[in-house]
Amino acid sequence: MKHLVELRINGDMYSLAVDPWRTLNEVLRDDLNLTGTKLGCGSGDCGACTVLVDGRSVSSCLTLSLEVQGKDIQTVEGLAPSGDELHPIQEAFVEKGAIQCGFCTSGMEMSAAYILNQNSSPTQQEIKEGLSGHLCRCTGYIQIVDAVSEAAQKMKQSPRG
Amino acid sequence: MTLPKFEYFAPESLDEAKRLFLDKGEGAHFLAGGTDLLVKMNHGLLKPAAVIALKHIKGLEDITFDPRKGLKIGATALLANVAAHPDILEHYPAVAAAARETANVQIRNMGTLAGNLCNAAPSADNAPTLLAMNAEVVINGAKGERRLPLDQFFKGPGANALHAGEILRAILVPAPDSGSGISYQHISSRGKVDISAVCVGSMVRMEKDLCRGVRIFLGAVAPVPMRAVKTEATVLGQQLTGEVIKKAGIAAMEESQPITDVRSSADYRKKMVAVLTRRALTEARDRALKS
Repeated sequence: MKHLVELRINGDMYSLAVDPWRTLNEVLRDDLNLTGTKLGCGSGDCGACTVLVDGRSVSSCLTLSLEVQGKDIQTVEGLAPSGDELHPIQEAFVEKGAIQCGFCTSGMEMSAAYILNQNSSPTQQEIKEGLSGHLCRCTGYIQIVDAVSEAAQKMKQSPRG
Repeated sequence: MTLPKFEYFAPESLDEAKRLFLDKGEGAHFLAGGTDLLVKMNHGLLKPAAVIALKHIKGLEDITFDPRKGLKIGATALLANVAAHPDILEHYPAVAAAARETANVQIRNMGTLAGNLCNAAPSADNAPTLLAMNAEVVINGAKGERRLPLDQFFKGPGANALHAGEILRAILVPAPDSGSGISYQHISSRGKVDISAVCVGSMVRMEKDLCRGVRIFLGAVAPVPMRAVKTEATVLGQQLTGEVIKKAGIAAMEESQPITDVRSSADYRKKMVAVLTRRALTEARDRALKS
């Protein structure tokens, strides 16, 4: 039996009828075509599916869509909603070469947003701990850690939500 | 990677949750954080016909501390909230450390401490320290509520003492004895993120410079988190010098019974039991002497 669920995603309200076994990841990608959120391992190890639910980073592949009824969800599409300009985190990822194949990027950026929301000046160690739930097979991580540091600087200069 | 089909319920009270479980009978499964349950369902290891979510029950996520009664951690308290709770950080630093070092950020934002115990993995990060501190669990079922020492809760890999339809409602941790210190130590293949290959929790109580109380639990080296009784005997009544602690590490290595699996070889596990037991006793001693 399908259940009605209301989700606020990147500021927009959605009302959907979903089967209980469908994950937030499936609903985002398959029903709403928000394919910026990836599906990697399906077991909470790789971080590619990371989104923010009420401001906290979670694995969307391990979240039932019905469990986030009424919650505020932010995906990578919500980082730079205009589609014209990038969020400072995204700018920093581009500038620092933190993107190669791109598969891990949206999850990394959502965790970067989570880290920086909690702490506007994280140390290298705090960034590494904050990103520990992510796998990247291209960059070797150093550029990604640098990008988060750079994003922290950018966001201090021009703060934005 | 589609989950098997199931019915879903989000009760708002414990009674309603238990009644739903009775109604649905065999095949019903409670859901807390889902970080273990959904993985098992994804891998086809579990196919519940009905999933009963517990996170919508108000008050079940509460964490409370009383200097006399101790600490109470509710069934749906998130690992992230346990790790960051001011009273836990102040009075139970090793409990906070174990929660903080469970899995990764996202999992800690979803998963619960009670779920980590109910999953009953021999490697459960939160088990050794809570066992060392004489924690109890409050179990709520159709016949009312019962309390069980945590050291009687684990029954084998993936098996716990809950009967069908029972809910682990809360974890109770006594206030630490004066002069006591606790430590959690673990090692895993992917930094601290992966499931522990070996984990150790120890509590020591010092009077002057002698060890007058000790509990040591080893994780991932036996079918359930095991109490290192012979190791405890080597330190009780002793000054905890480097030499005594080194011998305790060897005793722990000898009494552990690890197997070889995907995370580690039995040989390596034994060597790490010695190292981690030394570190755990050293930190617990230092904390006890400072308390």
